[in-house]
Amino acid sequence: MWTWFHRLASPPTFYRFAERLAPWLLIAGLALIGVGVWQGLFVAPADYQQGDAFRIIYVHVPAAALSLSIYTAMAVAGAIALIWRMKLAEVAVVSAAPIGASFTALALVTGMLWGKPTWGAYWVWDARLTSELVLLFLYLGVIGLNQAYSDPRTAARACAWLALVGVVNVPIVHYSVQWWNSLHQGSTILSAEAIANPKMAPSMLKPLLMSMAGSYLFFGAVWLRRMQNGVLVRERRAKWVRAFAGQALLAEGSNARPGMAGPGLVEAATPRQGRQDDADRGRGA
Amino acid sequence: MSAAGAIFRRELQIALRRRAEWAQPLVFYGIVALLFPLGIAPESPALKTFAPAIIWVGALLAALLGVERLFRADLDDGSLEQMLIAEVPLALLIAAKLAAQWLLTAAPLVIASPLLGYGLGLETGPVIVLFWSLLLGTPTLIFTGGFAAALTVGAPRAGLMLPILVLPLMTPAVIFGGGAVRAAAAGLSPEAPLYFLGALLALSLTLLPMAAAGALRNALG
Repeated sequence: MWTWFHRLASPPTFYRFAERLAPWLLIAGLALIGVGVWQGLFVAPADYQQGDAFRIIYVHVPAAALSLSIYTAMAVAGAIALIWRMKLAEVAVVSAAPIGASFTALALVTGMLWGKPTWGAYWVWDARLTSELVLLFLYLGVIGLNQAYSDPRTAARACAWLALVGVVNVPIVHYSVQWWNSLHQGSTILSAEAIANPKMAPSMLKPLLMSMAGSYLFFGAVWLRRMQNGVLVRERRAKWVRAFAGQALLAEGSNARPGMAGPGLVEAATPRQGRQDDADRGRGA
Repeated sequence: MSAAGAIFRRELQIALRRRAEWAQPLVFYGIVALLFPLGIAPESPALKTFAPAIIWVGALLAALLGVERLFRADLDDGSLEQMLIAEVPLALLIAAKLAAQWLLTAAPLVIASPLLGYGLGLETGPVIVLFWSLLLGTPTLIFTGGFAAALTVGAPRAGLMLPILVLPLMTPAVIFGGGAVRAAAAGLSPEAPLYFLGALLALSLTLLPMAAAGALRNALG
């Protein structure tokens, strides 16, 4: 088990692993989101108090949950990057930030759209809303800091430090509805009591759980894809990327002229790519 | 410990020789506080309501102003590299530097704050709370700013990064600081927000110098 983890930390192994896993996560995620949102919008009954306005939870709650989970994941990846100096964790930190910022913005926008008919205002300076807005700025800070450095590794480790310090905001967002007298309602589904004895009708709860699980899987797929791109850019001088790029070019060629390129040709191409790599390096030095 | 003391004394000495520089945040703070009454209408009762926010945001901006230059001169003359390779823990040296920074740029603001509080129409009770909240909150502001300055000191394209990084991290101090004064002005007990400020202070005094040291090593190492 541990050796497998260690091997996964190597960029080529991770790349191949993500290549296989990401499509499945994406398909499963989109299917769950699709079914969950469809059931939530059309099958679940209207709320006795809020009417149809409550249906925004099928987008809002997963987005808000992810905005916190992604920041936590980013901070954990940041700790791994700083403690073990693991390249893959550095890539994980910087590639999670834009996804997290998008989900945070989505949670804020859907919350505002819901707030107008329900509370009578798009925005109130309430603890939950304000701390979620601060979370968005923390994400934007990580994105900006990553672009402020020219060396990607230094940039990623600076982002990791920022993510670690900013993680104090995550419990503040999560518990803000309990700590302060907030206009935002408390969590309906996420407590031991609520899991044993649900406070929501199953016909409303099931679609929500489906769209939440789907959103997590979708995030996993997008994260893996972004990390793959990050790994490719960082390792662009490495032999395995060159060999990989050569294979991709040959595969394109074989599509154009069927029957010309077999597996033998691909293998023959790999060492040639390797020699070019060495030649480039010689010129550089 | 003596190394940290030496850094502390050095910062004070440098500041004493360039008096205009450390007086800048104080003057800036005064002018910011002056502009609000002019903008709002001096006789307005709203001024009293806004007073905690004006004073706290002014303190935050003044802290930001000082922190921006915190490591720049040391980087230019090479003393930052000496701090990096010293045997003494870097976090301790940074803490000494930040303590001197607080004494030079924030402590005058804290001392001047009752004057501003009375000037903006606060009563004696809220003014005392304002003083305590600033005393507890400004070190948090300076230490947070120091961490952000350490993050961006080596960045070639930092630009406006420092305020963007630092302002979200400083919001809790402003919320509880302003909240304490508001509570006192409304006749409520300001204890809870003051305790929160104390908790933030304890966390930032202990953890942020270490984070700043890590960020500094990463940016320059």
